[in-house]
Amino acid sequence: MPDQLLFAIEVALNGLMTGVLYALVALGFVLIFKASGVFNYAQGVMALFAAMTLVGIQKGQVPFAHLINSIFGTDIHHFGWHVPSIIAIILTAGVMVLFAWIVERYILKHLVNQPEIILFMATIGLTYFMEGFGDLMWGADLKRLDVGLPQGINDMIDITTAEWFGYGFFIDNLDIVATIIAAILVAGLILFSQYTKQGRAMRAVADDHQAALSVGISLRFIWVLVWSLAGFVALVAGMMWGAKSGVQFSLSLIALKALPVLMLGGFTSIPGAIVGGLIIGVGEKLFEFSIGPLIGGATENWFAYVLALLFLVFRPQGLFGEKIIERV
Amino acid sequence: MLYREAGDFKTSYGKDSQTFPLKFDRWAYWLLLVVAFGVVPFFINDYWLNAVLLPFLIYAIAALGLNILSGYAGQISLGSGGFMAVGAYSCYKLMTSFPDVSIFFHVIISGLITAMVGLAFGLPSMRIKGFYLAVATLAAQFFLVWLFNKVPWFFNYSASGQISAPERTVLGYAVTGPLATAPAKYLFCLVFVLLLAWMARNLTRGSFGRKWMAIRDMDIAAEIIGVNPLSAKLSAFGISSFYIGISGALIFAVFLGAVDVNDTFSIQKSFLILFIVIIGGLGSILGSFIGAAFLVLMPVLLKNIMVGQLGWPSDLAAHFEFIIVGALIIVTLIIEPHGMAQVWRLTKQKLRLWPFPH
Amino acid sequence: MNQMNAESYVTADGRTIGGVVMEMKNITLRFGGVTAIEDISFDIREGEIRAIIGPNGAGKSSMLNVISGFYVPQEGEVWFHGAPRPKMRPYKVAKQGIARTFQNIALFEGMSVLDNVMTGRLTHMKSGMLSQAMWWGKAQREEFENRAQVEKVIDFLEIQAIRKTPVGRLPYGLKKRVELARALAAEPKLLLLDEPMAGMNVEEKEDMSRFILDVNDEFGTTICLIEHDMGVVMDLSDRVVVMDYGKKIGDGTPNDVRNNQAVIDAYLGVSHD
Repeated sequence: MPDQLLFAIEVALNGLMTGVLYALVALGFVLIFKASGVFNYAQGVMALFAAMTLVGIQKGQVPFAHLINSIFGTDIHHFGWHVPSIIAIILTAGVMVLFAWIVERYILKHLVNQPEIILFMATIGLTYFMEGFGDLMWGADLKRLDVGLPQGINDMIDITTAEWFGYGFFIDNLDIVATIIAAILVAGLILFSQYTKQGRAMRAVADDHQAALSVGISLRFIWVLVWSLAGFVALVAGMMWGAKSGVQFSLSLIALKALPVLMLGGFTSIPGAIVGGLIIGVGEKLFEFSIGPLIGGATENWFAYVLALLFLVFRPQGLFGEKIIERV
Repeated sequence: MLYREAGDFKTSYGKDSQTFPLKFDRWAYWLLLVVAFGVVPFFINDYWLNAVLLPFLIYAIAALGLNILSGYAGQISLGSGGFMAVGAYSCYKLMTSFPDVSIFFHVIISGLITAMVGLAFGLPSMRIKGFYLAVATLAAQFFLVWLFNKVPWFFNYSASGQISAPERTVLGYAVTGPLATAPAKYLFCLVFVLLLAWMARNLTRGSFGRKWMAIRDMDIAAEIIGVNPLSAKLSAFGISSFYIGISGALIFAVFLGAVDVNDTFSIQKSFLILFIVIIGGLGSILGSFIGAAFLVLMPVLLKNIMVGQLGWPSDLAAHFEFIIVGALIIVTLIIEPHGMAQVWRLTKQKLRLWPFPH
Repeated sequence: MNQMNAESYVTADGRTIGGVVMEMKNITLRFGGVTAIEDISFDIREGEIRAIIGPNGAGKSSMLNVISGFYVPQEGEVWFHGAPRPKMRPYKVAKQGIARTFQNIALFEGMSVLDNVMTGRLTHMKSGMLSQAMWWGKAQREEFENRAQVEKVIDFLEIQAIRKTPVGRLPYGLKKRVELARALAAEPKLLLLDEPMAGMNVEEKEDMSRFILDVNDEFGTTICLIEHDMGVVMDLSDRVVVMDYGKKIGDGTPNDVRNNQAVIDAYLGVSHD
């Protein structure tokens, strides 16, 4: 096989792995949007906050240390203990549930019946709040996140492909693990929503708030539930991304990348989020690989948005959306 | 007893549609103008002019623009930063290519160029609405910033990739470049603000304003009663970009003097303008000013208190700024979705009835 | 029935009914597999009050939507002023002089009553953007001329007192009236009313009936309305089209329709005794 093609395949495979992460964030969006009609811009910052909290708990950081030190002139940073990864993950999940409850109690409850665009803007406000709050609580420095996931080149793939094509593919173990975990997560979510009582209630709420209320489903409970689920998804996404490139502010920007994914896949479709994520992941890497060098590179910054924009102009309902019949 | 409409009868349609229906408001407005032109530039120190009033005026222009698009026409845009960059780079190219033409025209033409770019990115609004459109405007944001970063023609092949404003004068006074004085800069921007606010007011009270609001409130019904959605949305995009372009040109040429597109016109700037509009009041000219004043003043005050008074490190103040802005957005949306301008309006109404509220 | 084929005739109450202004020819409208309107033809004459009646889901509103150009029928033609109307966007239809109200009130909630009614004049306002931005003579004059026209409509419908009220705060009955005002402000040649009296009490219905008759009488506006209240329809209209399950089952004067067996069956169910 010609080298260029081999490179392209390797690039596409790596793009696929990035796409999985985009899809994970997009999945959080879809969950919340389906159940509450809220387009949750804060999904990215939730991932960041979850990852920060995870690192913080794991390393025994003192929350708000920076603030405390400034006020009292003290110099505290760590409690001096290390929490095992698995316990830290569980504790972080608990924090995300608490977060979901607070969001419902102090924001969503007061914004019922507002137009969707107002809710959207409220989540932008939430994003800012969480960015400031997260930094205040855990510090704004770049953190290394290590929960014991395998990392580095996968030797088996490298050797096998080297034998077959005379060129060894570089595939990161972490990406493979991420893909598997994402697949398990999606399968779990689908099973949950199809086969449990809460799952059915969730789907009922997604379909029609009023009708769901009238058969005795508690909207508020469902909202806390979906925000918690979205929090878990954010935690997983934050863990993967954090392990890959460290926990820092830029992590919250993957939320922005998830937006075009949603435009492609539709705001309400779980398969759409996944397929959309993969298309964008592969698309932007291949575009950068083939066209990028000709026009100065760094095309990943905008490729996803322009692709989604062009796509939408020709198919406004997205990949999996139904054609909309408008009425008056 | 001053604040009354009793006895203030309107005898023509012109009088009925004026901006300040109450005599008291009209007097207050003229007084404000006299102070803004005659007192402020000569008695306020340079720090306040440069660090507070200048950004206030410039952001107010951008907010007016975004308010026309989002508040009046109902099309959410997250691309303001990108459009400001278009204004800034247009202004830079014009200033360096035609040094003999007045900077005044450079700024206006920059606005017109931005309007063209805005029209192009507004075209998808024909087919897509709501969130989808909001996300689509991100394409403008990221693509434009990338473009100005990567194409050296835009920054005249300078080694740093930055653009910096050469010195230009108006009526003999330098308004750009290192020699420009704070009062000159302030007055130059004030003229633009006044002109643009007055135009925005005229547009929004006339048939264009009604077209925009009709599309915002119920686009299908608007089309059926005779509003061409294409022209209504595109005119909103065009006018809005015109304003935002002018504010971008002013940020670059007058306020900062030199900009790096990644720092100055990032997505954060888009959000800042959006927040000004939300906190100030969607669909309100006055709100654009209140919001701009608030979001310019708040960080300055926070910094003065936390860093200056309490002696905290400045990154803490920055964290608090994020927290406060975010919380304010949420609180504003919960308590009064029409922003501070609405609070002001309600207060005035109460004042009219005071002391007999029933 | 003879008089109906004549070019024009005078009704019992002395109004002149002219020739055909609009004709629907074999209209069929489908949404996916559902046929909302099946092969319907009827005409509307100048100056008459034409009613479309039928049970829920009969396709009446869809019919109005076809007339206003919002739905494009798969088959059939809409003839307006003696020529087939090409496929056009709704706002162009409005510019031809067709105004309407909606079944579920479609007012612009964020605007005042005055501004809402002023939107009805948009098809008549042509001053450019620059002129408006400067509030120059032309734009200002145009604004005030149209304002004067709107004030006439406001007087006519007796809504002076709520001129500056935000529409969102009005009660249902007044909203319906404001919507009528918005349609009338356009000075339409053909006025489409989609259930103008739905959800009103007897008094409000009487008011609305009076307004409809006055509009027809004073301005000579042709009116096509959908209504459920049989008494109102029979009193107001010159001719009635009856629809059921997307088909036309009757067409004629109120008396003709009242005695039409298919109509009786559709409304009362087929009797079995």
